[in-house]
Amino acid sequence: MDLVIIGGGPAGMSAAIAAYESGIRDMVILERDESLGGILQQCIHNGFGLHKFGEELTGPEYAWRYEKKVRELNIPVKLGTMVLDITEDKVITATNPEDGIFTIEAKAIILAMGCRERSKGALNIAGSRPAGIYSAGTAQKYVNMKGYMPGKNVVILGSGDIGLIMARRMTLEGAKVHAVCELMPYSGGLARNIEQCLNDFGIPLKLSHTVVEIHGKERVTGVTIAKVDENRKPILETKEYIPCDTLLLSVGLIPENELSKSAGISLSTITSGADVDQDRQTSIPGIFACGNVLHVHDLVDFVSEEAEIAGKSAALYIQNGKENTCSIALETDGKIRYTVPQRITENKDVKVYFRVADVFKNVKINVYSGENVVFSKRKQKVAPGEMESILLKKEMLEGAEKLTFKLEEA
Amino acid sequence: MAQLNAKRQPAKIYFRIGERSYDYNMTRELTCIVCPMGCSLKVELTDGKVTAISGNTCKRGEEYAENECTNPQRTVTTTIMCEDGAPIAVKTDRPVPKEKIFEVMKLVNKKVASLPVSVGDVLLDDVFGSNIVATASRGE
Repeated sequence: MDLVIIGGGPAGMSAAIAAYESGIRDMVILERDESLGGILQQCIHNGFGLHKFGEELTGPEYAWRYEKKVRELNIPVKLGTMVLDITEDKVITATNPEDGIFTIEAKAIILAMGCRERSKGALNIAGSRPAGIYSAGTAQKYVNMKGYMPGKNVVILGSGDIGLIMARRMTLEGAKVHAVCELMPYSGGLARNIEQCLNDFGIPLKLSHTVVEIHGKERVTGVTIAKVDENRKPILETKEYIPCDTLLLSVGLIPENELSKSAGISLSTITSGADVDQDRQTSIPGIFACGNVLHVHDLVDFVSEEAEIAGKSAALYIQNGKENTCSIALETDGKIRYTVPQRITENKDVKVYFRVADVFKNVKINVYSGENVVFSKRKQKVAPGEMESILLKKEMLEGAEKLTFKLEEA
Repeated sequence: MAQLNAKRQPAKIYFRIGERSYDYNMTRELTCIVCPMGCSLKVELTDGKVTAISGNTCKRGEEYAENECTNPQRTVTTTIMCEDGAPIAVKTDRPVPKEKIFEVMKLVNKKVASLPVSVGDVLLDDVFGSNIVATASRGE
């Protein structure tokens, strides 16, 4: 088979459509769930699609636009299908109740498996292990897809977008959200979500606060929260007990790269996703990655955009092979945490996405080729919760071996 | 702006939402929710009327600031229970007054929708000037 796309969420669907439009027909999308759409199915709030469609859609509506297209183009989809393994030679082993265990040899693979929520195990909070502790996304699935309310009195740890969205969702359904605690001195979520999900309902956002103890044996009966110092160590004098029956965790997302690891794809230690070039090709020629499996996005619009690049590039790879015309490493100064792509192998205009490590005001994004600044852009404010992008023009790449991204005072 | 602040009069309650209440004469600082940029807006209110808006980077932001201070509205997204016992995602097809959000929720939560449901189906009409429409499909 020419192309196998692993994952039928926004990245997988968009990549499949782009590959189809570039002439690929012999392809299949493998999706673990019983329907296409991925995480968008449970993201029933609006705010999706402003960049892509110029209107505000809910998650399921955004997914539907792509699903409709996939159906119209008759792109083959296997639902309820779990990929077990992929190899360096692009052999995919998968299973579903109809076909049993089967293998597909592919000319190209697009990885679009998305990401997972960081779990409580990663947090080391003291206390017993009662019922009533959920990741925010799990709670979202219960409320929006199953119609179950996980609890009535809620504390949320972490102010990522899913946590903020769930603060509002639980409130609408009659729960009392007592506080959203954020370890960092700033929120990881979008400013608009703090406004419309917390401020609209008078839910306090406690910055530089964390949960230091979970109380309860069978069920959560409360949590102790405390302020943290600049080293993120709890200040014990500030301990405060909040009675509650539910603790939601919105403490970060991690790209789901078990399959990529089994194929031997080289992963970035910063993004936990693959190291890719401008075409989203991984370290193995013919294996591409896009969406949240590559790096966690804030906006699905950019996932679709990235997946189109991967889809088009995979088609080109299948049709003509892919030759590198240059080799430029993209490096960062630490204030900028990472870039995607991490390397450029073809001399053409390249849009580079990146994230910063902290909140900075009045800064310049400078890109150095040796001593020379080849690109510079002023920003009033940058924050870790908001992905940035710049366009590197073809001529800026001339003769470069390495481009260093720096955040400097304006 | 400084002059407007100087004229600030004793607080009269302008309107109240949740735990927040607003004066007739004040500078309100808002975060625009129109798009993910989330611009910080400043709105000057004099005698309950918007007299100056700053901080927005587009026309829609200006409209939002004006509306937010005179007639704040929100699109409500939630679910309606279906006859098969599982919920389906819905939204108000236009924004409703902010203070009616919980009343919208009450009406929606009383309703049980029959299947099949398709994207765009009106499941409940005339809810504070908007329709409740399905944003997902099931049972087709």
